[in-house]
Order: sequence, then C-alpha cells, then structure tokens
Amino acid sequence: MAAEVVLMNEVESKAAQLGIDLSVDLNSIQLPPGENFGIVSDDEDVYLDDQLEFDSGFGNVIVVDNLPVVPREKFEKLEGVIRKIYSQIGVIKEDGLWMPTDPETKKTLGYCFIEYNTPQEAELAKEKTNGYKLDRSHIFAVNMFDDFDKYMRVPDEWAPPEIKPYTPGENLQKWLTDEKARDQFVIRAGTDTEVLWNDARQSKTELVYKRTYWTESFVQWSPLGTYLATVHRQGAAVWGGATTFNRLMRYAHPQVKLIDFSPGEKFLVTYSSHEPSNPRDANRVVINIFDVRTGKVMRDFKGSADEFSVGGAGGVAGVSWPVFRWGGGKADKYFAKLGKNMISVYETDIFSLIDKKSLKVENVVDFSWSPTDPILALFVPELGGGNQPARVSLVQIPSKAELRQKNLFSVSDCKMYWQSNGDYLAVKADRYTKTKKSTYTGFELFRIKERDIPIEVLELDNKSDKIIAFAWEPKGHRFAVIHGDNPRPDISFYSMRTAHNTGRVSKLSTLKGKQANALFWSPGGRFIVLAGLKGFNGQLEFFSVDELETMATAEHFMATEIEWDPTGRFVATAVTSVHEMENGFNIWSFNGKLLYRILKDHFFQFLWRPRPPSFLTPEKEEEIARNLKKYSKKYEAEDQDVSMLLSEQDREKRRKLKEEWDKWVSEWKQTHEEENLERQKLRGGEASDEEEEYEAKEVEVEELLDVSEEVLPFEE
Amino acid sequence: MRPILMKGHERPLTFLKYNRDGDLLFSCAKDHTPTVWFADNGERLGTYRGHNGAVWTCDVSRDSMRLLTGSADQTVKLWNVQTGTQLYTFNFGSPARSVEFAIGDKLAVITTDPFMDLTSAIHVKRIAKDQTEQTEESLLVIKGPQGRINRAVWGPLNRTIISAGEDAVIRIWDSETGKLLRESDKESGHKKTITSLTKAADGSHLLTGSLDKSAKLWDTRTLTLIKTYGTERPVNAVAMSPLLDHVVLGGGQDASAVTTTDHRAGKFEAKFYDKILQEEIGGVKGHFGPINALAFNPDGKSFSSGGEDGYVRLHHFDPDYFNIKI
Repeated sequence: MAAEVVLMNEVESKAAQLGIDLSVDLNSIQLPPGENFGIVSDDEDVYLDDQLEFDSGFGNVIVVDNLPVVPREKFEKLEGVIRKIYSQIGVIKEDGLWMPTDPETKKTLGYCFIEYNTPQEAELAKEKTNGYKLDRSHIFAVNMFDDFDKYMRVPDEWAPPEIKPYTPGENLQKWLTDEKARDQFVIRAGTDTEVLWNDARQSKTELVYKRTYWTESFVQWSPLGTYLATVHRQGAAVWGGATTFNRLMRYAHPQVKLIDFSPGEKFLVTYSSHEPSNPRDANRVVINIFDVRTGKVMRDFKGSADEFSVGGAGGVAGVSWPVFRWGGGKADKYFAKLGKNMISVYETDIFSLIDKKSLKVENVVDFSWSPTDPILALFVPELGGGNQPARVSLVQIPSKAELRQKNLFSVSDCKMYWQSNGDYLAVKADRYTKTKKSTYTGFELFRIKERDIPIEVLELDNKSDKIIAFAWEPKGHRFAVIHGDNPRPDISFYSMRTAHNTGRVSKLSTLKGKQANALFWSPGGRFIVLAGLKGFNGQLEFFSVDELETMATAEHFMATEIEWDPTGRFVATAVTSVHEMENGFNIWSFNGKLLYRILKDHFFQFLWRPRPPSFLTPEKEEEIARNLKKYSKKYEAEDQDVSMLLSEQDREKRRKLKEEWDKWVSEWKQTHEEENLERQKLRGGEASDEEEEYEAKEVEVEELLDVSEEVLPFEE
Repeated sequence: MRPILMKGHERPLTFLKYNRDGDLLFSCAKDHTPTVWFADNGERLGTYRGHNGAVWTCDVSRDSMRLLTGSADQTVKLWNVQTGTQLYTFNFGSPARSVEFAIGDKLAVITTDPFMDLTSAIHVKRIAKDQTEQTEESLLVIKGPQGRINRAVWGPLNRTIISAGEDAVIRIWDSETGKLLRESDKESGHKKTITSLTKAADGSHLLTGSLDKSAKLWDTRTLTLIKTYGTERPVNAVAMSPLLDHVVLGGGQDASAVTTTDHRAGKFEAKFYDKILQEEIGGVKGHFGPINALAFNPDGKSFSSGGEDGYVRLHHFDPDYFNIKI
C-alpha cells in the first residue's frame, strides 16, 4: 500500500513539473449551453417538471399570518396553542415551528412558520386552517412558503396583458376528410403505441403514427376523436394534428391514475390517489378539472377517499370512476357527483354548485344523466324494512324540479339504462318474490320525450329469468335482452313501438339457446353482435334486427374485447394480454366476414377513434339515404379499381415466383434425365424410375359363343 | 372429403409410409407393433409383431416385399411384408430413429440416438438379396452431429446422405467415405430442432420441418434455401404432394400443454401451403393432439396424418381440391 502511495505521489509531482493537470473533476465538465452532442433526451420534459417541483425544497413549510402579537411572557402560551392546532393535521418536524420576534420589543411579529414532514400535510394544513378564527380579530391567513415568491412577484401596477397575434392551429379534424373515408384506431402492444388506418378494401392497416413509450399506463381518445390522451407520472397530455400527432397540451397532475373527458371534450378530469401519512386514514384523493384547450385548472377537489366513494361498493374498494358524471349532452354544461344524502351538481360557467348548494336526496345511491338533456335520473333504495318504497325520480337541472317519480316496491336493486338520444330510460328493477328468498326482474320504461313521461312496465315471458345483459339500440327504439338461467340463455328483442304506432312496447323475437353473454349494437343501429365472451370462448353472432335473421356466426377464440367502429361498418375483436392465448385483433365487416387479423404479443388496447356527430342536417341525411344508389356508384367504382390494382400487382408477383420456380425445376429435370441411366444400373437394370408408362389400348375381342340354326317359315 | 379414422394403435403415432404403388400404408407408433393398412379404404391388413419398444420409423422396398422398421428397443428389423415374418434383426446400442432404403434397395441408412455414453450415429448397412447372406456389419458409420439425428435420407444416386436433427443443421455426407460435404447456412436455416425431413418425388428438393414454427424447402445438391413456410405452431411433420405444388405441415403445441388448453388453441391442423407462392391454402382439422406424421399417397390423390391422439386419419381429396386456384 505504502509503496503505491509513494508511486502515486511521484507521478503527481512529475505531472506538476510538466504542467499537466491530472485531477479530473466530473462536475467541472460541462457541455456548452444548448449543446447536447446530438443526444436528445426523451426525459427532458420530465427533468424540467421535477425541477419545478422540488426547486426550493420548502414545499412542506407553511406560513401562518394574522396571529396575535404578544409580549414575551405570553410567547410560550401562544406557541402552545399553535402547536396544538397544527399538530392535529400532521406531524410537525422537530424544531419545525418558528415564531420570530422583534429583537427590540421582544414581541412576536404576528406570524410563524411551520414545517411538516411532507408537502401533503402542509397542503392539508393550509386548506383546513386558512380562515380559521382564533378570535374575532385574528383570522388565520395560511399560505405555502413556496407561494410567497409568486405573490411577491405580482407587480404593483397593473399592466395591460399583451395581446398575442392569432396563429391558426392545425386542422385537428383532418382525419375525417380521408379520401377513402377510412377510420383510425389506436393499438398498444408491448412498448409501442400505434395509430393505424383501417384499410378494409385492401384488408390491411396503414400506419399513421407510431411511438415507443408514448404513454406510461394507457391511452384514451377524447369523445369526439379530436385528441388522443396519454397518461404519465407527471400528468396527462393530449395529442393531435392534421397529419401526425403532436403534443397539444399537458396537464400536470403527479401520479395521475385515471382520466375522463367531458362529452363535448371541453374539459378533462384527472384523478390520483395518494397513500395517507397515517395508515389508519383513507387514501388522499386529488381530482383536477382542466380546460382541455388552455390547460388551465378550472377546479380542483381534494379530500380523503371516503368523501369520493359514496354509493360505490360501500367505500371500501375506493372511488367508483368517473366520480364526476357529465350531463347536458355535448354542451358540457353540468357535472355531478354523488354524495351522502345528496347529489352535488356543478355548473361549468362558474365551476361551483348550482344555487351554491347540493341537491338533497335522502339515501340516494345512484344517479345517471340523460345523454342529451340536462335531466338526472336518481335511485333511492327501499328503507325501513319496506315501509318506505324504493323510488326512481327524474330531476330537471338547473331548476331541480322533479319531472317524474315512480315508487317501486320490494326492490332489491336497480339499474338505469338511457337510450343514446335520451328518448327512453329503462330501469331494471330486481324484486324479491313473496318469500323474499329469490328475486325476479322487471323493467320500467320511461318515455322521456312524450308528454307527462308515461311509464310502462315490462316483464319477461318467464319472470324468473335472470337478466344477463341489456342494451338499447343506439338512436333507435329497440332493445335487446339476454336472459335465462341455462348455460345457453335466450335473447329477446323488443321495440318501444308497435305496428300501429300505439306507443306500447312489443316483443319482436326471441332467439333460443344462444351462446352469448354480451350485446354489441352497431353505432348506427340495425345490426348487433351477440357475443359469448369469457366462458363462451369468443363466440360471435352477427345479427340483423331489421330482418331478424343471423347474418353470420364466427369465433375469435378467447376474445376479450369487441368494439364497433364509429360508423358501424366494421367490428374489431381483440384478445388482450389478460389472456395467455394468442394476442392480437381481428377486423370483421358488419355482416360477419373476417377481413384480416393481426397478431401482436403483449397486446393491451384497441380503440377506434371516435367521430363527432355528422355535420349534415337531418334533411340532407335523409336525402342521401333516399338516393343512396346514386352516391354509392362512385364508391363501388373505386372499390373495383382497388381490387383490380391489387390483383394486378399480385399476379405480377406470382408470375415471377412461378417463373423462377419453373426455371429451377427444368434445370433439375435435365440432370435428372442425365442420371437416369445410372439409376437404372443401381436398380439392377430395372427399367425406369418413374412410374411405368402404361399404354391403354382398346382391344375388341369377338368370341363365338353358340351357333344355332332355325328354320323360319316363309309366309306368302 | 370425409376422413377415414383408423384406430389401430394404442399410443401416439410416430411415422407413416406409403408403398410405391400407393395401395398400402404402413404406420408406426409408440406401441410396439407397426401396422399395414389398405390405403384405399383404411382396412387393417396386418401387424408386425416382434419389437419391444416404440417404433420410430419404417421404410418399404420398391417392390413392396420387404419392410424395414427402427425401434427404441435398439433394433432395426427387416420383415416380409406379406407374411409378417421377421427376416433379420440389426442390433444397436441405442434406439434407432430413422431408416431408409437406398435406390436399388441394396443399402439402407439407419440413424441411432445418443444413448448412455454413445453419441448419435448414421449407419449404412448392406441389405442382401438373399436373406441367408445378410450380415450385421456396417459399411460406414458417421458420427459428429450433436444431439439426436431425427432423419437421414439418401441423396441423388446414393452418392450422398442428407441428415438433420436436434442441432438444426442439415448436413450432406459422402456415402462412400463419410466425409462432410456441405452444411446448411446457419443464418437462413432453422433455429430449433429439425423434426422431419422429406424428399420430393424426384429428389430434387427436400422439405424440413422444425420446432421453430417453420418449414423450409432446400435444393438437394447445393443446400440452398428455396422457400420458407411460416406457421403458428411447432412443426412435427411435413409432406409434399407429388401431384400438385402443395406442401402440408403438421404439428401443434407441445403435447405436455395439450391438456391444459382448449383443443382449438392447439392448432392441430394439417396446413396446406402453395409450394411456390408460400401462401396458406387451407387446413384439415380433426386431430385432438399434435400431428406427428404425414404422408402423401404417391398418386397425390389422398394423404394421411397420424397424431399424438393415436389416430391415423386418411383423407381422400374432393374433386375441388385439384382445382384450387389462388
């Protein structure tokens, strides 16, 4: 050891003599500003975000203002009071409470600093005690220490904001103008996320955009298809553009778990849940509502998980997502949250409760919005052992007036299903039988758009049948029900109209013994896929409800997901990685013809890009439907062109392959011939090695069997 | 095309062979008795009793008089096809995996497995015309390849021997000297064990099936890769139509995984491919275990498949088959 040290010293002294600096300080090596030597870091944004977050490191310090100013004698007492208040909220660090005093008068200055163990506690303390009244003249003003900088920087004089010149953005709906009227979808497999065109004419996909590690958990389209949202540790982001996908906006929300767009995609709700500092407490939940276009937080909600999990599975499993349900159709005017004995309805104009108070409903357990109108349907279960019946009511917003109410007796559970146009509401009520030992199911059907909202009761032919699935025809007047207790249940179709338009519900048909447990209506109605998922291994039946006949039956073995494209032309079935079977997806035509299949290992998501509602007027749409022949001619011609072109290319390729092969074979034939003699020799002279040449000769053989003579009398 | 189910074996099938005339079908299985069937109606004609282990392979002479069978009981037996009597028994120190008569039926190539301290080997035996003159001695023994040699066949004019096996390499040996002449290219070749190898009717090319889920077509002389056929499951057996440019691949998931999954997941189909375009034409379902053996009738109008499920399925093609256009 010693020898080595000496050696090292020698080297160093030698180096010093020669004027060479041997010490290499890694910190001293710095790249010129703005230079990265061509190595672009993917995490650059991440890095910046983190920087912001932990810049000052005082995130866990709060400043409490408006304290009483006390002389020295009372200092201890005041400190005790403050400590008592603030240690209820979290753990104050050792020496974490500092109340400065005036060095001359020895009086306190009327404020103090409190340092908690975690920023979360500090945040909570700020929230809970800001505005706390110690007495009449001392109302606490609590701020985060970090925020002080921000407030200090507010200029004293108001300067008019600079008006930036308008720069037109990209056309985010360019994909709708595709020449071939194709639809897009996004898939996530392994680490790759791809957006693809569904080119059904050529039975393949065409790549639009692909990115590795695009998202850290999942992707989601906005409801009108304008944006693709990705979810990361630091928050969510939305992507879109005319031809490719650029990042349009980011929404900071650390550890975001779930996201939800408003139906008109004006707002984005993000949700995260954080481990509590005290293991006895429930998780802390943070929900932010962003304006999608500006990225501004419109409102945030913070609290314990208990506050957000009313009505769900009893508040044990956490919140039921989405916490906020959007109402009033695509206008994004209202959103509502279920609370204990109330429903809190917020207005997006002001982002606060309508009339500043929640809608009080004792014991409400569930509610749902009409998809188009500002109408709430809410369900209150039976109370007092049946003395107070269960009830379903329709409430108009913002007037909060009850439009219709229906009392339901001996009901155990209720589910509400809205038709997509908000024309009908079906309430599935499970009722106890007289013995209370079992339940049976009935439907209460509300006609929302008719005067006084008539209600009709529908019971199945066999009342005791279990309901496996229920689905309204989108934009239509029909619905399908899977019912039965057998391993092969029945499927019934009903219409809200009868032949004579008398406004009574009527049964159209019942299909007996189907291997199905899920219903997937085409977005355009008329067609439905009766699917047997899970236990039925992916049985598919493509059914036309207009004709009441099966168009095709097929199977996508172990399919886990089924989704119609937004136009109702194609159906995608997928096996995602929840299954160890072959992962991948199939694309079918609406009538059940398999167009193509693509296998991908570790397949996670398949989502069609939604389309906004058509811009055409209903009259124009009707006109097109009437003159469909005229319009379709153009597309039929295109279809033919595509298939011709395809086969032309194909034929060319095949011809080449065939030629190559033939050439190769003929060469071989020659050598084979040449060797023929030798082969004969090997066989010991036995003729040819090919099949012996038979020659079929037709030989006629006449054989004389018998000769007999007979004398015929000659008659005159 | 309703297949004829031939239930004669009690254990998984291992090998199928038609005679030259295409009227007899020989089947080998892990039970100890090779069986001969009428290739037309699937009627059982007889069995060859004498082996004391799984029978892995067989070959029949050109005149359909003699049958050669190789077994795990470490013997290769020569039989009289008509009477079923044993004519001769070759003894080895390890199981025999494949046998083939040479052109002229005067020689036979036999491969043996690695066993105890013996390595795998390729043996060339002389088959005497007169049974009394038959001897045990090998004309040539080739050793070298690592692991099992799953198949060895004669090259053109009996001048070479072509072998393939567990090391995924196809090799051509000089059948006189035992010298290694050629090896298949590692880059383009198979990545996993080659399970089967079959020659074209004229011997110009050969088809190999492998556990790497592909089958490949090779030039018999140069060992250049001509075609590759991709599939979704390991390939256990391959066959080539002598009539049309079709190849058939059989296989399926590993036998040990069969009971844990649905039979539809196993892909126990015999898959037809266009030999030249390498495109899938169709599939023949039916087995409920992996397919271990495939053979085409020399007239190309029927084929048979043997499965892990113990069945031989004999398929006579519908007239449609001969008009397939893709």
